Amino acid sequence: MGRKLLTEHINVEGIETLEVYRKHGGYRSVEKAIKTMTPDEVVEEVKKSGLRGRGGAGFPTGMKWSFLAKPEGVPRYLVCNADESEPGTFKDRQLMSKLPHLLIEGMITSSYALGANTSYIYIRGELLYVLRILEKAIAEAYAAGYLGKNILGSGYDLDLYVHPGGGAYICGEETALLESLEGKRGNPRNKPPFPAVQGLYARPTVVNNVESIAAVPVIVNEGGEEYAKIGVGRSTGTKLISACGHLNKPGIYEIELGLPVEEFIYSDEYCGGIWKGRELKAVVAGGSSVPILPKELILKTAAGENRLMTYESLSDGGFVTGTMLGSGGFIAMDETTCIVRNTWNFSRFYHHESCGQCSPCREGTGWLEKVLHRLEYGHGRMEDIDLLVSVAKQIEGNTICPLGEAAAWPVAAAVRHFREEFEWHVTNAKDAVQPGAVFPGKAVLV
Amino acid sequence: MEPTTAPAKPQFSEAAKAEIARICKQYPEERRKSALLPVLHIAQAEFGGWVSPEVQDLVAEVLGLAPIEVYEVSTFYTMFNLKPVGKHVLEICRTGPCMLRGSDELTAHLERITGAKVGGAPSEDGLFTLKEVECLAACGFAPIVQVREKYYEQLDTQEAVDAMLLELRNQVHRPALPWEENGLPNALANN
Repeated sequence: MGRKLLTEHINVEGIETLEVYRKHGGYRSVEKAIKTMTPDEVVEEVKKSGLRGRGGAGFPTGMKWSFLAKPEGVPRYLVCNADESEPGTFKDRQLMSKLPHLLIEGMITSSYALGANTSYIYIRGELLYVLRILEKAIAEAYAAGYLGKNILGSGYDLDLYVHPGGGAYICGEETALLESLEGKRGNPRNKPPFPAVQGLYARPTVVNNVESIAAVPVIVNEGGEEYAKIGVGRSTGTKLISACGHLNKPGIYEIELGLPVEEFIYSDEYCGGIWKGRELKAVVAGGSSVPILPKELILKTAAGENRLMTYESLSDGGFVTGTMLGSGGFIAMDETTCIVRNTWNFSRFYHHESCGQCSPCREGTGWLEKVLHRLEYGHGRMEDIDLLVSVAKQIEGNTICPLGEAAAWPVAAAVRHFREEFEWHVTNAKDAVQPGAVFPGKAVLV
Repeated sequence: MEPTTAPAKPQFSEAAKAEIARICKQYPEERRKSALLPVLHIAQAEFGGWVSPEVQDLVAEVLGLAPIEVYEVSTFYTMFNLKPVGKHVLEICRTGPCMLRGSDELTAHLERITGAKVGGAPSEDGLFTLKEVECLAACGFAPIVQVREKYYEQLDTQEAVDAMLLELRNQVHRPALPWEENGLPNALANN
């Protein structure tokens, strides 16, 4: 049984109230940081913890914090990225709706570390009901003196606000998020300048994922070194995994990084195996944009080692035989799943969500969707399969933001590992278009 | 020729005005444009679930923006309905994880029993608009439908779908929002 650093008390009755949250040790990190530590000491602990951005990119949080520009007399901001919308990912919604004070505590401690006096939680507009929960909890925190002027008599001031988006996946990209917070369309910005220098309102800004910020209290309470003892190598601490698709027990699991993938899928402590007694066919391990892997390659690396839930193990083999931990959106597909249909579905998503700023993405995602649609609906040609790979390659690396890569990778990986299934859609189009048609062959292992 | 009268200009209720004033304080004075998305959400809740050009002009006026600044935003984000909608807008998630657990079948079922078509006009009784949306971040509870601020989860049985529709049919008015402490403003209770 792994340790639960974030979600230990998630099912305690009334934990969404400040009173019950405090009874279970809540807000200790605020007291400790503000009363006994300098801001730089807090940053130092986060660096020592080895915490890596939990939104998907996995960039070390402490390092991101240390890049923040601190010109005299210029306000700086901490913005929490709660625009969770990567298909397969639903951890932040659960965390915020059940443990709103954990995020608020993390925001206060982190804002203190960064010297921010105003901070925002940017939450996707669909989660307005979670915004209500957060605002209620924030009001409690103000009343208790954890927010507002002169927090705990320290002279440190902080205001915290929640801001809703309007329905746009792209606003999860940090510069698009800042544009959106400024009341504009969510078009990602060119970088540099990076947000650490010119972010919200052209002021120095740090943008962190909900789960990253929620990990700060435990790091401050127990110390960065203690936190870093959990996990394997450079994958320290615990991670929330959103398990979905054809599993017996989909849901949110907090795991210690390093858990074997096989145990995560099949053990009763976690997902309890594949539903309806079926076989596993493939897994998308880190949200829809990471490469899909067939069963054999998600359970073991190409070298035959057990695949672990860590940043390094999941990416072992690069994109040829590996994938990424990403956001921890773990989508399992059983043996009846049509890979072509699933890939088309994801491509439609990226086409729909492209902001339209860069032509390779705006046009390319459209072509991917169109070509996959005709393959799925029985009008495909054999050369379409290489066309998909070619279009994907031309999007990748040619766009302002990573939505281009996010759209290209899943398609390239699906063709890489399931090429025979794509070919079958051309050669056996009549069979393939039948509802519920299942490709009779196996995945190709590169 | 008959004299024509301009249609009454939309006005925010007092409760909404107070909420907008509270929201505007969250941003620096000279950055009031930041309040645009939250205010558009309020406008959509106030004026029957969609934002007409007149309502968008009102939002521009309230925030001191040029109307185009509102239009370009309202057309970018998918949550804002730009055409009249039925009393309840059912937003059905269609993305991968929901598809794996039957969202295609759910959509077909909802079209059959409500009579509305995805992307089309509301059902004849004016009760339901069907809208397909992308990932709602609730994949572990698929398939999902969102109606205003509520998620209906695990809609993979007839009973679950029936229970949702029954609940919606029984709603005389939309649920009041936190800033409507004393219930819906009178003007709203009629729409």
